[in-house]
Amino acid sequence: MTSFLRLYFNRLLPQLIALGIIVVAVSLVFPGFLNLQIQNGRLYGSLVDILNRGAPVVLLAIGMTVVIATKGIDLSVGAVMAICGATAAAAITSGHSLAATLLITLGVGILCGLWNGVLVAVLDIQPIIATLVLMVAGRGIAQLVTEGAILTFNDPGLIFIGSGSFAGLPMPVVIWLVFGTLVAMLVRRTALGMLIEAVGINRQASTLSGVLTPVLLIVAYVLSGLCAAIAGIIAAADIRGADANNAGLWLELDAILAVVVGGTSLLGGRFSIAASVLGAIIIQAINTGILLSGFPPEFNLIIKAAIIVFILVLQSPRFRTAFAFLVPARGASKPSERAAK
Amino acid sequence: MTIAKALASATILAACTFGSASAAELVVGFSQIGSESGWRAAETTLTKQQAEQRGIDLKFADAQQKQENQIKAIRSFIAQGVNAILVAPVVATGWDEVLQEAKDAEIPVILLDRTVDSSKDLYLTAVTSDLVHEGNVAGKWLVDTTAGKPCNVVELQGTTGSSPAIDRKKGFEQALSGHDNLKIIRSQTGDFTRTKGKEVMESFLKAEDGGKNICALYAHNDDMAVGAIQAIKEAGLKPGKDILVVSIDAVPDIFQAMAAGEANATVELTPNMAGPAFDALAAYQKDGTAPPKWIQTESKLYTQADEPLKVYEEKKGLGY
Repeated sequence: MTSFLRLYFNRLLPQLIALGIIVVAVSLVFPGFLNLQIQNGRLYGSLVDILNRGAPVVLLAIGMTVVIATKGIDLSVGAVMAICGATAAAAITSGHSLAATLLITLGVGILCGLWNGVLVAVLDIQPIIATLVLMVAGRGIAQLVTEGAILTFNDPGLIFIGSGSFAGLPMPVVIWLVFGTLVAMLVRRTALGMLIEAVGINRQASTLSGVLTPVLLIVAYVLSGLCAAIAGIIAAADIRGADANNAGLWLELDAILAVVVGGTSLLGGRFSIAASVLGAIIIQAINTGILLSGFPPEFNLIIKAAIIVFILVLQSPRFRTAFAFLVPARGASKPSERAAK
Repeated sequence: MTIAKALASATILAACTFGSASAAELVVGFSQIGSESGWRAAETTLTKQQAEQRGIDLKFADAQQKQENQIKAIRSFIAQGVNAILVAPVVATGWDEVLQEAKDAEIPVILLDRTVDSSKDLYLTAVTSDLVHEGNVAGKWLVDTTAGKPCNVVELQGTTGSSPAIDRKKGFEQALSGHDNLKIIRSQTGDFTRTKGKEVMESFLKAEDGGKNICALYAHNDDMAVGAIQAIKEAGLKPGKDILVVSIDAVPDIFQAMAAGEANATVELTPNMAGPAFDALAAYQKDGTAPPKWIQTESKLYTQADEPLKVYEEKKGLGY
């Protein structure tokens, strides 16, 4: 078990280092960054904000990791967020109970995932094109649901999901912690993860060895749709309204970036959900850090891009081999990896 | 030849029937951009209402955010021989040819809420708001309200580089200049959205001693203000009292916030651009008085004293 933990730690080391550097850098610019206090029975502080504001991208990144592991990509998640946010708002304002609203919304998310999955797995359309369809059409669908306006609601139950708290943590954080752990357990404590990796590395070979490739592919896209649905509910609940124009806008790119920062290859195969979650938190830490630092907004994207490039360079194979002597842990992990197997 | 003759006579016939109809009522074509925002939906609703009130027969064309559709619509309005054309141009360039066609057909064109880069004699007038003035009105309200007391202001800007963000910032700063008690201590973009408005306000609150340093918030639009109000509440402060909230646009939701005492003031970007346009048109049709090339709409200030709930009810049905 300890060797398993050490293996896990080694896998996450680059992300942890990057996150550590960002946290230290921001706390140098803005000293109050690390302050945590209890206010109204919940933790309050910039670090909590990062976990809270990062929730949508974290959730999208969880689904995106599994899709990318199958050598696919899901560009539609941002639009699915908008559709699901709109669905939730429309359902709750038309008098459905909270449970029914959540079920309908998650169902819509699963349906969107199913659509993508069928296009990719059954019709064999390239994932980037297959999911582009829903990315473009989805926002229109969401606007149809909200009739072009911001659909606001006042249901305390639904609002609680966005801005309530449980055990001192904001609800969105609790949701992604629980959901992420469940998904990670599901893929790593069963053979599912390995089968997904097999499909991503060589789809034909997996099919020939008896893996139900189409089913696995569809499951991956459905999971991504489900994640987008949860993210959409959180985003809508947070502002107490569904904004079809802006909810989840460009978040598909942030989710893909989170997966890449997490060190999962876009070519499919090996993946780590924990690393993608860390990737998403890194991105949010950069965003929050920029907001706290007080730079003029014109610099936001430049600073973000510079930090991302820096992190990606840190992770590049060339850089790693050149500075391998600095990180002995990685070389040492190999024997233990064998031992673990 | 015969076909041409037949066509010509048909056109004359059509023109005659049309002429008799237009004596009774004005026919105006309206090429709208599309439904990009709640404000635009309200503009469409109000234009239709205004036309109905004045007994104008409005022919509406939705361009779905495409200039080519707008040009097609204008050409079809010209072919139908309407009395005037209203256009909310989706982009600023590429209008010369079709505007010239309208001019040749002696149909006056009025631009709504956006302008074009064409020569000024190709259109009758443009009805738009003054973005700098809007920022100015918001700033003046804050200057008057604080009345010399020291006040730290945080600003939620619109999308970086967009003209409303640049001009509303400029106007606000102009109003504040010379009043040293007011200081803009933080200014960040909230992309005109509720989500970003809330997120950025959260970070402002953390950065300024839990919000104790902040005395007022200026948001470039109401949506960001609505998001920020939630952030202020979640931080345990009272928006509208602990932190004054002033924003621009006057969408219905901000009136609800004002009724609840959580927002203080908003500057209206009126969706009624058609009213002044129809007035100018009526004067022009009557005795040929050419209106000025730019008609500025009123940037009205609403505060909690203006019966926000009543305004909310009025605005609710406009399609915002």
